[in-house]
Parts: sequence; structure tokens; C-alpha cells
Amino acid sequence: MPLVPTAAMTSRIDRRDFLRASAAFGTLSGLDALRPSWASASQGLAGGHAPDVLHGSGRELDLVIDRTRVDVDGRGARAVTINGTMPGPMLRYREGDELVINVDNRLDEDTSIHWHGIILPNDQDGVPGVTFDGIGARSRFTYRFPLEQNGTYWYHSHSGFQEQLGMYAPLIIDPAEPTLEYDREHVILLADWTFEDPYRIMARLKKHPDYYNNRRRTLFDFFRDAADDGLGAAVRDRLAWGEMRMMPSDIADITGTTYTYVMNGMGPVGNWTGLFEPGERVRLRFINASAATHFDVRIPGLPMTVVQADGLYVKPVETDEFRIAIAETYDVIAEPRENEAYTVFAEAMDRSGFARGTLAVREGLEAEIPQRRAPFLLTMADMGHGSHGDHEGMDMEGTDDADEDHAGMDHSAMDHSAMDHSATDHSAMDHAAMDHAGMLRAPGTIPPDVTHGRDEHGAANAGVAMVATSRIDEPGNGLGKDGWRVLTYADLEALEPRPNFRAPDREIELHLTGNMERYTWGFDGVSHADAEPIPLALGERIRLTLINDTMMAHPIHLHGMWMELENGKGELCPRVHTVDVKPAEHVSVLFDADVPGRWAFHCHVMYHMHEGMFRVFEVSEPTVVEGEGS
Amino acid sequence: MTEDRDDANRPGLARPVSTGLLAGVLFALGAAPSAAQMGGNTYTYVAFDELELATAPEERPIVFDGEAWYGGDFNRLWLKAAGDVGTAEGEREAELAFQALYSRAVTAFWNLQAGVRVDHLTEDGGATRPSLAFGVEGLARYWFEVEAFAFVGEDGDVTGTLEASYDMLLTQRLVLEPEVELSVASEAIPEFGLGSGFTEGELGFRLRYEVQREFAPYIGWSWERAFGDTADLVRARGEDPTEGTFVVGLRWWY
Repeated sequence: MPLVPTAAMTSRIDRRDFLRASAAFGTLSGLDALRPSWASASQGLAGGHAPDVLHGSGRELDLVIDRTRVDVDGRGARAVTINGTMPGPMLRYREGDELVINVDNRLDEDTSIHWHGIILPNDQDGVPGVTFDGIGARSRFTYRFPLEQNGTYWYHSHSGFQEQLGMYAPLIIDPAEPTLEYDREHVILLADWTFEDPYRIMARLKKHPDYYNNRRRTLFDFFRDAADDGLGAAVRDRLAWGEMRMMPSDIADITGTTYTYVMNGMGPVGNWTGLFEPGERVRLRFINASAATHFDVRIPGLPMTVVQADGLYVKPVETDEFRIAIAETYDVIAEPRENEAYTVFAEAMDRSGFARGTLAVREGLEAEIPQRRAPFLLTMADMGHGSHGDHEGMDMEGTDDADEDHAGMDHSAMDHSAMDHSATDHSAMDHAAMDHAGMLRAPGTIPPDVTHGRDEHGAANAGVAMVATSRIDEPGNGLGKDGWRVLTYADLEALEPRPNFRAPDREIELHLTGNMERYTWGFDGVSHADAEPIPLALGERIRLTLINDTMMAHPIHLHGMWMELENGKGELCPRVHTVDVKPAEHVSVLFDADVPGRWAFHCHVMYHMHEGMFRVFEVSEPTVVEGEGS
Repeated sequence: MTEDRDDANRPGLARPVSTGLLAGVLFALGAAPSAAQMGGNTYTYVAFDELELATAPEERPIVFDGEAWYGGDFNRLWLKAAGDVGTAEGEREAELAFQALYSRAVTAFWNLQAGVRVDHLTEDGGATRPSLAFGVEGLARYWFEVEAFAFVGEDGDVTGTLEASYDMLLTQRLVLEPEVELSVASEAIPEFGLGSGFTEGELGFRLRYEVQREFAPYIGWSWERAFGDTADLVRARGEDPTEGTFVVGLRWWY
């Protein structure tokens, strides 16, 4: 099967692409050709009809899921592909279209497709075990739902580790009325590829969670720190981290030791190239389809104007770099004119590798590839132990100890949110009868610092953020000190005020918890396997308060409903499908529970989701209980 | 006739039993990896922390210390095996210990473990001591791997061990692991050569090179000393209660 292309596949292999890709690797394997043409040095003309850009307006589309031999930087691998390519074909629709897609699963295992960021009926959302049974081995399924939004989205498997193995692709919905002017566009889909079996990766993390951390601190690091900062400071630092039993170099669970970072399916050697003509306004649609990697994206010499975040327009903001969390999308406009070639540089957050491509006036050009920056270390601020740079004199109690001796904490300053420790507490309340809105802070405002009570998250959690703070105006760890501009969530502002922007009816607080030693992940210390769905009444407006008690950034994705990110912009708060919650951060979002059904809510680090960092919000008509309201 | 009837009935009984067992085993092994799991997964771990040749004691140069577990986040079944084995032809000398333990995660870094242990000695006609095992295992502050166990024998005799080790990284692959172990006994257990009180102490240093994280050859030095009454028993056998040995071995896990 793999090396005998079907008729459909052959039509997709353009001879010129074949030669170009082969020449780029100095090989004639030709395997690189099994890449969609939208991702291969495309002309990128808006509305272009490359064969594997599937235009779905007014017709049904067919997607075939199979295992296919692909090539990443000259090395062969077996990917889970959509229509034989990795990434899969770009789906192109117009706002208002009905999407009708027949999925033919030729795998010997279940599959599924989730339409990431799309508002749709619950049974079309594609989450096995939550919204449907999955698409069985060697069987078919038809998705059918209206597309009532526009923008840059993506679709991917929600089964097993198929997404890690390449089952992802762009889903682009053009607006009914064009609103943004640009001359050309390219989709830049970032991902992390591994030649290992993801189940093996998962098992290794479970057994030795620092398996892929190649920056564990050594004796010689200690000597260096002692020479730089003094022996006392180095010893105190080691004691502080040793007391918590955490590693300051734990930025990403899985690193460049196994990952090859890819841009449109091509590794750094492959050098994906997108063409432009000088002076054009080029729209770049960035999608992070990684299983476990945040990227820091920049194009040296070329400012970028961010125009969309997670598929929705934002007030244009010019920047030089942005961090794109797993599952997020950013659309930027760039206007290259000075140079013939620019490097699109996507550095893995932990600096263990990078994906890169080139914007060029013709194929075969390259620009300088920047040096990777030095990896950063987590600080006590990331543990919720205080502000940045203030390392000494902190109280660094571990989780085994009662958190009772935190002098100087003002418990009266706690937000009400900190009291609601479990969503289920609310289900028993009579919401209509309570004036929650009066108790909660104004919608769209930045959440205050919250002091964590006693750690009651159990053995599946190691340590808590003693003080969780808003970090919404921070670009993210390791960014913002390079002398150029970096985007933050606080820069994002919707174009139009939200209609019916109002205070939430109630607040649900969830703590993001985990234990890196056990590699357990969950919310409030509980894995999905041990949790009940969180009930929501249809029409309720919820404030979801997320407190990250872990030392890692978690990209949290809500299915089926937009989250209004409370970044201080009030009714101009941007709406997102994925919110990246930084270590020790307190972040809040508003959402209207306006679509009935069981909606998945989870960390988009696949390995965290797999271990239970997942919940279901069950939106249903409020049931009238006899005697209620009397 | 009766026998025939029994025979006829046998498959009828055996089939559900064997099918049930098979289903149980398949279920336990997590036979459906493609299903959406999202928590509640189980894993299997097998490791030989030590698998080595030692220069002493000469009669038992092969030393191993292994463990395996199966289970989920909180509840696991542990198996442990450790021993010194001789290579001599004929009456092979060996000192072996096996444990089967239920392990429960109780705090972020600590597990409570309880189960059974069997110690077996082939020397001097052989001896076997079954005991109940109770202990804690986990990661102490400052990254010390610690386990502390008490073993209660049939006659109410209690022995205990305390072990601690630390991984000192010289590079990302070269790791020096110091390890200490201290044993006590509530009363003399002569068939195992133990006096009451502190019985033995061990201090070891193993320097391993992780070719892969799973596969690390090492060299090391280990120093053992018997204390008090136990030391007297060792001397009575004409041996030295203090013994140092070089080791070369392999650490492996999956």
C-alpha cells in the first residue's frame, strides 16, 4: 500500500514538487512527495485550486484515514494520514456552507475527527466516548453540520495518539463578505514529529518522567552556578528545588531528543518555502498542531501584524514574535519587500529544537537561520512563590506540609472565586434564586491574585501555587527580553464589542493539577477517569476560573463554545477556543452554555489529556425539580 | 458412567473459567490501546536496578536487585526480587528474597506498601523465612529515593531495612549513585546468621553510563559491615565482618 499510490494520490504528486523535494534532501526517494500540495512551495494564491485543497462549498468531500509511509527530513516513517498526506488536505469552505464529509476509516483501529474551534451540534464534535462512539476500524462515518463562522481552524483525530502521528490538517473558512485585504496567503502548520511510538513515549514518561529532559542539572551546573552566583546562592537554589522535588529545567515533557519539529510536514532540512512578490500583503495562517510543543514564532527582519487569534478577528497589533500554544492559531499580515528571502523561525519553547521555513521570491532561496536562544529555567514565580526575580527568602513548603505558615498573606483579599473549590458544589444550588452576579467581579476584568488554601488535591498533585497571579500581560517564560516586541494575551482585543456582554451567572473554579514524579494530570487532583461531568444549565453564563498549580503551561481547550478571555478589555475581550495557562497563573474566561450536549474540556498536551487532564461539561435544559421556587 | 458424565461436564465448566481468565488477562494488559482513555490507564514496569558481578563474597558473585509493578496512578502491584547467587557446581549457594506487595499512593511522593516476603538461604542445609512486609517507599526531599520496611516473621520476630539512594548527575548520561542500607532485627535469627539489634550496613557507589535511559552499564564499589551480635556470628564462621567489593553490572528497565 504505502509505495503504491492510488490514482487519487498520484494526481496529487506534482512532478515539479517531486524533483524539488528530492533535490532538497539530496535523495531521490520521492517519499517527500506524499505531502499535500498546499504545503509544498505553494504559490499561495488566495482561492487557488491545488488538488489537495478540498473545496467543500456545495459538495460532499471524502476523507480517507490510513497509515502511509511519509518522509521527514530524509527519514522514512509511518504516519496516520488523511487522504495519504501529512498534514492532511486543507479543507476550504465559505461561511454559511454546510460541511458534509464522508470519513472512510481504513485503519485497524478506531478513529475520529474533531473540528477544532468550530461551533457545531454536539454529535458532530468527534470526541469518542463523549460525543459519539468513534469511527470503528474499517468503517465509515459522515459528518454534516453548518459552518456559521469564518477564519483559520484545523481538524484532527481525537483518538489515541493519531494526532501525534500526523492526523491533522487546516480547515479554512472564508468570510461571507471579505473583510481583510491581502494579496496572498500561506498556511503554516507547525507540529512535532517523532519516529518513536507515542505509546512508548507515554509509558516512558509514566515510569521515568524526566526521560526526555536532557537539561537535568548536573554537578558541573552546580559548580558553574556557584562560580557565577556564589556558593551560598547555588546551595540555596538547589535546596529550594530539592525541597519541592521539582526541576527548573522541566519546560516541556517531550523535547528535541525525540522530536523533529515540522512546518507543513517538513523538517528544518526540508525547508518549507512560501512564495511572495515584494510589496505584497501576505497573510500567514499559523496553526500549532503539535502534540506537546509550544512554539515561539518570528520572522527576523519582518514585522508581523496579528489580525486573527483562534480564527476570530482582533484589532491589528504589530509584533516581532509570538508564542503559539498547542492548538492555537494566529493569522498575521506581513509585507516583505527588502529581502528576497526571510526565515520563518519557530523555536520550540524549551529551545531543544526548531521548525523553520522560508518566505522567498522564488524557490530554492534561504535566509540566515537564527541561533537558538539559551533555554530558560523556571523560577519560583512559576511555582507561585512570588514575583519574578525575587528568589530568596521565599517560603517553599512542599505539598507534604500544611501550608499554614505563610506569614503576610491576606486571606480577606481572596476573591470569591477562591471559595468555590468544586464545580459540583454549585449543582445543588438554586441559581435562579441567588444573585451571583452581584458577588462576582465585573466581566472582562483581569482576575486578582489568589492565595491557595491548604493543598487538598491529593497524591496526583505535587505542590500548589501558593499565590496564583494573572500573567496575562506576560509573553511567556523565556520571552520578552530580546529587545524586540512579543505579543501577549493582553494585546488581543476584539474588533466589535460583544453583544449581550454581561456578568456571569456563576463561577466555576478548576485547578490545573499534576505530579511530574508520577506523571499524573488532572483538574483539582482528579483524573477524568474518576470524575463526573460538570453540569451546566442551558443558557447559563459561566465564569471559568483556572488556577494553574503546576509548573508547566497548559493549553486548555473548550469544545463547542467560545471562551471570552478576560484580559482586561471588557466587552472587547477576545474569544478563544484554547487558552494557554502559564505556571502559577490565575486566568478566567466567560462562556455562554448555549449549545446542549456533552462538551470536552481538556489540556491539549496529548500526554496530559491521555492521563486524565480532561473534563466534560454537560449542558442541558434545567430540569424543574418539584417544590423548587416555592 | 459417573466418570463419563463428569468428563462431559468438564469442558462446560472449564470453558467459562478459562475464557474469563483470558478476558481478565487481556483486560489487565490493556489490550485496546486505540480507545480514548483520558485517565485511568495502567502500565507495567520491569527493572533491574542492579544486575552485577561482585569480587566478594567469592562464593556468591552474582548479585541482582529487581522490581516490577503493574497498575494505575494510585494502586499498583509490586514484585521485588533480590539476591546473591553462587556459580559453584553442585550445591549452588544463594541468598534470595522475594516480595509481592500492594502499593498505594498516599501523598504526592510517598507510597504505602504491604504484602508478603520470603527469604531463602541455601547454605548450611537451607533456611526459609516467610514474613509479612509493611513499608513506605518514595522520594524524600532533596531527591533521595527512600524505602523503609518492617518484616514480621511467623514467630513475631521483626526485621527492618532502611534504604536511601541519590542520583548525582555528572553529565546527562553519566550518573553516580551513592546508596546506603541499614538492617535491624528485633531478635536473633540464627539460621540467617542474624543477631539482634543492628545487623548489617551497606554503602555503595555505582557509576553508570546511560547508553539509553533504559540501558546503563556501571562499575562500582560496595562496602558491607556486620554489626554487634551479627558480626560475632560472622567471625565465628571465620569470616570478616567487614567486606569491600568491586562490582560491574548493568541497570536495565522497561
